[in-house]
Parts: sequence; C-alpha cells; structure tokens
Amino acid sequence: MEEIATAAAADATKSARRRPLRGGGRREGMVENRPFLDFITHAVLILGVAIIAFPVYITFVASTITAEEVLAAPMSLVPGPHLIENYREAWLRGAGNSAAPVGQMMMNSLVTALVIAIGKIAISLLSAFAIVYFNFPLRKFFFWMIFVTLMLPVEVRILPTYKVVSDLGMLDSYTGLTLPLIASATATFLFRQFFLTIPDELAEAARIDGAGPMRFFWDVVVPMSKTSMAALFVIQFIYGWNQYLWPLIVTTREDYYTVVIGIKRMIAGGGEASVEWHLVMATAILAMLPPAFVVILMQRWFVKGLVDTEK
Amino acid sequence: MEKRVVFRSKWLPYLLVAPQLAITVIFFFWPASQAIVQSVQQQDPFGISVEFVGLENFVALFNDPHYIESFRVTAIFSVLVAFFGMTISLILAVYADRAMRFAGVYKTLLIWPYAVAHAVAAVLWLFLFNPTLGVVAHWIRGFGIGWDPLLVGRDAMILVVVAAVWNQISYNFLFFLAGLQSIPKSLIEAAAIDGAGPGRRFLTIVMPLLSPTTFFLLVVNVVYAFFNTFAIIDAATSGGPGTATTILVYKVYKDGFKALDLGSSAAQSVILMIIVILLTIVQFRYIERKVQY
Repeated sequence: MEEIATAAAADATKSARRRPLRGGGRREGMVENRPFLDFITHAVLILGVAIIAFPVYITFVASTITAEEVLAAPMSLVPGPHLIENYREAWLRGAGNSAAPVGQMMMNSLVTALVIAIGKIAISLLSAFAIVYFNFPLRKFFFWMIFVTLMLPVEVRILPTYKVVSDLGMLDSYTGLTLPLIASATATFLFRQFFLTIPDELAEAARIDGAGPMRFFWDVVVPMSKTSMAALFVIQFIYGWNQYLWPLIVTTREDYYTVVIGIKRMIAGGGEASVEWHLVMATAILAMLPPAFVVILMQRWFVKGLVDTEK
Repeated sequence: MEKRVVFRSKWLPYLLVAPQLAITVIFFFWPASQAIVQSVQQQDPFGISVEFVGLENFVALFNDPHYIESFRVTAIFSVLVAFFGMTISLILAVYADRAMRFAGVYKTLLIWPYAVAHAVAAVLWLFLFNPTLGVVAHWIRGFGIGWDPLLVGRDAMILVVVAAVWNQISYNFLFFLAGLQSIPKSLIEAAAIDGAGPGRRFLTIVMPLLSPTTFFLLVVNVVYAFFNTFAIIDAATSGGPGTATTILVYKVYKDGFKALDLGSSAAQSVILMIIVILLTIVQFRYIERKVQY
C-alpha cells in the first residue's frame, strides 16, 4: 500500500501528461485562457533554467581557454579552442602541485561511490529481511539501534570516528573511505516498508514447498525489490560520489584523493595567482558529469529514490 | 505492522543483521559515546593527561563569545538558505506546474544541480565571485558596489548562501512540484468558476494545501544548512574571513582538527547531537501526522 502510494507520488509529474484526458482539454481551457500568463510562465521558467545553468556554463567556458585568458578580467563568455588540451592535461597531470591526476581521482571516486551504494543496499537488504521475516528476541532493540543512527551524522562525531578509523589502520585506504559510510537507516527503513507490502501468501507458499528463508530471500524478495534497489542506488551513488568531509579527513595521500577532494586541494595550495583555474574548471566539469548523467538518465528512479528515502 | 508468516531460526536473523550492526556499533555508537565521555574531560593534545571536569567544557563554551557568535552565524545562514531556497523553488514549481506539457522538460532542466557536489558548487561560485577574476564580481563592481568575499564578512556570507541555495533548489523544487500536482484540480476550477483570480486562488487554496510540504521542506532545509553545508563552507571560505562564516559544524571540525581542543570539540559535538535529535523528532512527528491523513 505504502509502496503504491510512493510510486504514485514519484510518478506525479507524469500525471501532468494525463491531466488533459481527465479535464477534457487543457486545464486552462477549463479555468481560463490567458495567453499573457502563458508567456510569463515560460519566461520565468526559461530565466530560472538559465540562471541555474549559468555557473556551469561559465565553468565550461573557463575550461576551454588558457590560464592567461581566465585571468583577463572579465574573461570571455564564449568557449575557446583549448578544450581538448585542458582536459587532457587535467586528466593526466592534475592541477597545482598538491593534487593527483584527475583520471586517477575519478577512479577513486567511482570505486568509493560504487562500494558505498552497493554496500548500503546489500547490508540494508539483509538486516531489513531479518527484521521483517523473523521473530527473535532482540528484533525491536536492533531496529531501534539502526533508527538512532539517523541522529548521528558524521559531522557531529567527526573526531572520535576519525580516531576509530585511525586505530583500525584504515586511513588512506578504500576500506576507510567507504566502510564507515555504509550503515544506512534510511535504506533499511525503505526495504522494511517494501517487505511489509509483499503478500504473506508468498512466504506461506515458500514454506509449504519446503524452501528455507534464504531461498525465499533470493528467489522472491530480491527480484521483487529491484525497483527499490534501483531508486536507492541512484541516490546513494550520488551521495557516495559527492562525499566531502569524510574523504577529507581519512585521506592524506594523493593516490587516495577522490575528485571532489582533489578540487579543493587544487585551489587551496599556495596563493591566489598560482591557482590554475582553467584546469580546476575542467576538473569541476569532469567531477559533475557522472552524477549528473545518473540523475538525468535515471530520472524516474532518482525522483522515486528521493521521495522514498524521505519517508 | 507485522508479518503473520515468519521464518524460524535461532541464529540466522542475527547473522543477517550482523554486518549492519557491526558498522553501526563501531562507527556510530562507539565514537558518539567517546564524544560524550570526552565532553566531560579535559585532555591535553598529546593524550598524556586526562582529567574529569564535569560540565566545565560546556560552561566554557557558553561563556565563549566565539561560540555564541557561531550560533548567530549559523542562525543567519540557515534562515537565509531556507528562505531563499524555498521561495525560488516555489516560484519555479508554481510556473512549472502551469507549464503543463513542458513541465517534464523544465523538470529535467532544473533537477540536475542536485547531482553537483557541495564542494564543487562552492568552487563554481567562488570562481564567479572571485574579486579579481570573477565574472559576477565584475558585474557587481560595475554597479559601483564594493565586493570582496575574501575580506568582507558580509560578502563571504552572500557567497556561501548563494552556493548553498543553488545546490538545494532542485530538491525543494521536486517536492513543491509533487505537492502542487497532487492538489485536486476540481478545487482550483471551482474557485475559478466562483471568480477567484490566479493570485487569490494561490493564496487561499494552493498555499494552505501545500503547507505540509512547506513544513517538511523547512525542516529539511534547516537540517541541510546546519549539517550538510560543511563542504560549501570549507571549500568556499574556510569559515572566514575571521569567523564570519564559521557555522557550528565547521567550528567542531576546526577546534578538533586544527586547534586540537578535544574537550571543547567533544562538548560541541554533544550540543550538535542534541540539535539533531530535536530536529529528527520534529521531522518524525510530522511524518506521523502525514500517515494519519
């Protein structure tokens, strides 16, 4: 029931297309027709889209011109011819002297984001399955423990968490970058909600057929959860890719920098004049591309994931 | 709500929850308990001597003008981020809802900033607002207005607010749009037949029906401004100039990692935990009410 409701909410935007059918014509036809208001509507939206895209456009322009041209205030507002060489240099060398090559940092980001997204889904799927499909003495207590983690974001326990990771020898490692971020109360809740909507008859049938719980998990629960997993994956991939505070404190070696941290290091090293803005901007564009693609190409899952994880 | 049909096993459920619980205990509960313990201790940076001091760290904090100042900065920052972020998103959502056939196109064009990392958003705006080479900074000075976010606290605050709002607009927009699209069109049509114009309809029908969404977004935006904007602050201003943009979360980090003042940093962590707990309670009470509807 809950799932149907959330799916409906996620698809709410689609109803924009269905609405004319119900209204028997354009909605404005029913209410009122104001060509001027229609003009204002599109003017406001186009202006909004333009303002929101503006910083990224300027970033793109800056990534296609030379360092000297960036410094000529104000810089040009049309792209220049140095796109390929700038991206090549950033990808292979990086920028400034305190950051690794962007290609390598992108790989670190990719590994981090994938491990976090898949890891969160995996452990949440298992724990939600245990909490919904078994009746054991500590069930309520465990559920409560997972719930409380919502109230302990990394920002409020930075120093002691750093110490734990450091004591475990996990600084400057993929384990240190990902493992502490894998616990997720929201993912566990999401799967729990979903499992509660799976008809009891299925579990009953599985039991009568003599299938054990794990068989039921693999053959019924996992295939049925695919939609939720896809939605969660989009959200958690972006979350993982965009992590900042955690990689900032657990990585000191360049070869473990993620691209988001790399950008910060590129602008932090030395004085104002030494910042190679054209390369920093190329790096910024590269850092934005993977999560932006995920959002745009998987828009349906993205919206569903956002709506579901807030429940 | 519980399942009628459950499986029986003495050990399997424990095995299934073990990975989640292990991570939760090692990386959440243990550090949080350490923060609480350290908040009532005084420790030198090298960890050689530890002394129990009761609530002294907390008393010191609330007598510290820098800490009170950080509260004030956080409050101003949160109010600005929530207000501008929600107002701009609401305007865009109202028009996107009107745009009918094109709503989907506009939606795609407006949601992608969600994918941009906070730190990257901060660097983008830092570049635009850079006093020597920023395009926007150049325009601002064209109006004869002085502009330097590296030296002037007010300008630095504007910089981080703009970056934070820009990054959060997509999220607010999506929820406002979903809220607007769930309002029954018959209500709007009935009001139109009774002669209410678009402005009147918005104020008397749309706004009240949108209030649960608005309240929910208000909480989310405050949480966002309090905790998730760390990256924006660190990448754009590092809390400066001076302490002009040092929000509470940034101060915990700075005092802990840069000043190595463990007791004070731990006490600040505990205060932040209390704030998160309060905000979470508010959020969940709201969801409870929504479920009853």
